[in-house]
Amino acid sequence: LAAARTLASIWAAKTAAKASRTLHRGGGTAAGGLVGLWLQPGLIRGLAAQLGHGCVTVTGTNGKTTTSLLISETARAAGLLPLANASGSNLARGIASTLAMATDTDGKLERADQRIGVFEVDEATLTQALPDLQPRVAVFTNLFRDQLDRYGEVEAVATRWRTVVASAPADLRLVLNADDPAVASLGENRDNVTYYGVEDRKLNHGTPEHASDALFCRCGERLAYAVAFYGHIGHWSCPACGRERPKPNVAARLVKLGDGHSARFQLESHGEKSTLELGTGGLYNIYNALAAAAAAESLSLPRSALEVALTTTGAAFGRQEAFEIDGRRVEVCLGKNPAGLNQVLATLLLDQSRGTALIVLNDGIADGRDISWIWDADFEVAAGRLQRIIVSGTRAAEMALRLKYAEWDESSIEVVPDISIAVERALAATPQGGCLTVMPTYTAMLTVRELMAKRSGKEPFWR
Amino acid sequence: MMATRTLRLGHLYPSLMNIYGDRGNIVCLQRRCRLRGINLEVAPLEVGDVLRPEDFDLLFMGGAQDREQTLVCSDLAATKGALREAVDDGVVFLGVCGGYQLSGRFYRGASGEEMRGAGVFDLYTLHPGAKARRLIGNVSAEWEGGSLAGFENHGGRTYLGAGAEPLARVVHGYGNDGESGFEGARYKSAFGSYLHGPILPKNPAVADKLLGLALQRRYGDGTLAPLDDALEQMAHASALRAR
Repeated sequence: LAAARTLASIWAAKTAAKASRTLHRGGGTAAGGLVGLWLQPGLIRGLAAQLGHGCVTVTGTNGKTTTSLLISETARAAGLLPLANASGSNLARGIASTLAMATDTDGKLERADQRIGVFEVDEATLTQALPDLQPRVAVFTNLFRDQLDRYGEVEAVATRWRTVVASAPADLRLVLNADDPAVASLGENRDNVTYYGVEDRKLNHGTPEHASDALFCRCGERLAYAVAFYGHIGHWSCPACGRERPKPNVAARLVKLGDGHSARFQLESHGEKSTLELGTGGLYNIYNALAAAAAAESLSLPRSALEVALTTTGAAFGRQEAFEIDGRRVEVCLGKNPAGLNQVLATLLLDQSRGTALIVLNDGIADGRDISWIWDADFEVAAGRLQRIIVSGTRAAEMALRLKYAEWDESSIEVVPDISIAVERALAATPQGGCLTVMPTYTAMLTVRELMAKRSGKEPFWR
Repeated sequence: MMATRTLRLGHLYPSLMNIYGDRGNIVCLQRRCRLRGINLEVAPLEVGDVLRPEDFDLLFMGGAQDREQTLVCSDLAATKGALREAVDDGVVFLGVCGGYQLSGRFYRGASGEEMRGAGVFDLYTLHPGAKARRLIGNVSAEWEGGSLAGFENHGGRTYLGAGAEPLARVVHGYGNDGESGFEGARYKSAFGSYLHGPILPKNPAVADKLLGLALQRRYGDGTLAPLDDALEQMAHASALRAR
């Protein structure tokens, strides 16, 4: 009976996903999984167990999608067949749907012997996903305040992570960001940990940014920073209890951020060094590359495959994704929380020629209904740097107000709540040969991306 | 020409109580003072810094997570005991969210633990337990003939005593306890509110109310030159409509 139930749930999941896709409702990445899990709560566990090369999870506030993409492409370059919830559908339903779609009607995962699962997992979903998926490797990127109305407080997420890691089997290999104290502490009292971090001290920001959420040690003392990169990411130590940043096993040295459209660094692990150029820009993408490198190593994927993936992959969906439209370059850079948006702004500032921006603030459930986080992002750093700014989305006026109080020139700001009109205004405001930088929240990114894809002739994304 | 007027703002626990864009309130007050030629000096009052009421015209305390709130609570008693005295002396105070809860008489948490507040307001806050629903969402309210807009996110329910007036009446949202229809509290020149968003930039009338009261107390004249608030009003209207 259980088997029949599983087959029924797979069939239902596939059918619902197909129907949803035909109706163009969310690309079918979630609806199918929802139905499937309702019929068979053990769906994920049963299907994930068939993955011939097991699976890896990627969790954290920022960098999940890009890191997962880089791991998938590494696996592909190594001759495996990655199965990934690629469109950011990172709740249980998205994972279930991804697995069901790759399963035949007999309940067998197709080409299972070549399969490796690469699943990005929502911060709050991890508690259930880890025991269900039983991954070989679990990657944790960083932990920042994000959608407090939805996830609850940062400390609550950290506690949940510690609990789930504590009950995970000892042979689960953790990949942890050494430079984030909230993440690095997950490796305490565990073997099988690979730490990654940035060793280039010239990127020192001085003091941790306002958008920092782990400034205090677990013992209660304020952490000291020898180097602060962004947010609370840096070379930290506790003057009271002696906890300190673990030495990274996988490190980036000699970082060159250039004009922010690409990034160069020296990747070092176990004494092996190679200089790589990423197709995406900014320090945050160096961290994504390091997370992928440490994961690839933990999965025993060959270094050559990793290097191919890192240098050829380019941007993930809406994460510095570029479009060519009427002789203009459009870059869509998702910014959905203070730490992430600060990195987008820092990267934008590297290119002096960027003159036009479209900032889109929505307050949908997937964005977080509460928009007060925009006041924790450092828009001040970019005051006076852009000539034309179009502000859009359901809370456009409040975004414009934030910019005004960040001392952006009010006369350069235009409020256009309707996103499709705003896109046209922003394109018209961008000179031929120029670059339009779009900074949308999550649901705004989906809308902007669809409009830009249409204008540039690119295919819609759902896959 | 009038000599440059100075106001001194004490920012209570900026590194601990800053969860919902609270620094926007400081940014707002700074800009609205600067445009009027008022010099606003902002001093942080962190854990261990002793509050001396005579040093300040305005005090602000934002919201925090539970863990930080516990740290703050013990420090309030140790070094900020003069908070109520300052308010009784006419110092302007704004407490938002956690800063509002902790400026009451006490806060009883989800598991029954009790934290003593600063006692600025005659009110107390009860958290009905970890399973109770948090009061989360956009809020619009009416105060002093105008409107207030913001976002609330709190587990605790706040109940006013006889010595505290409600700041506003809820039009949409939960407010203090989800039932009374009250939002926030007022005592002398002290204001408490659950509204973050943050509250001051998108409610410029509240920002100017605080500045006017502080100027009146310090210089005997609380009049403020009007500013171009077209964008502020647009944002206020947008926040009022938000559901």
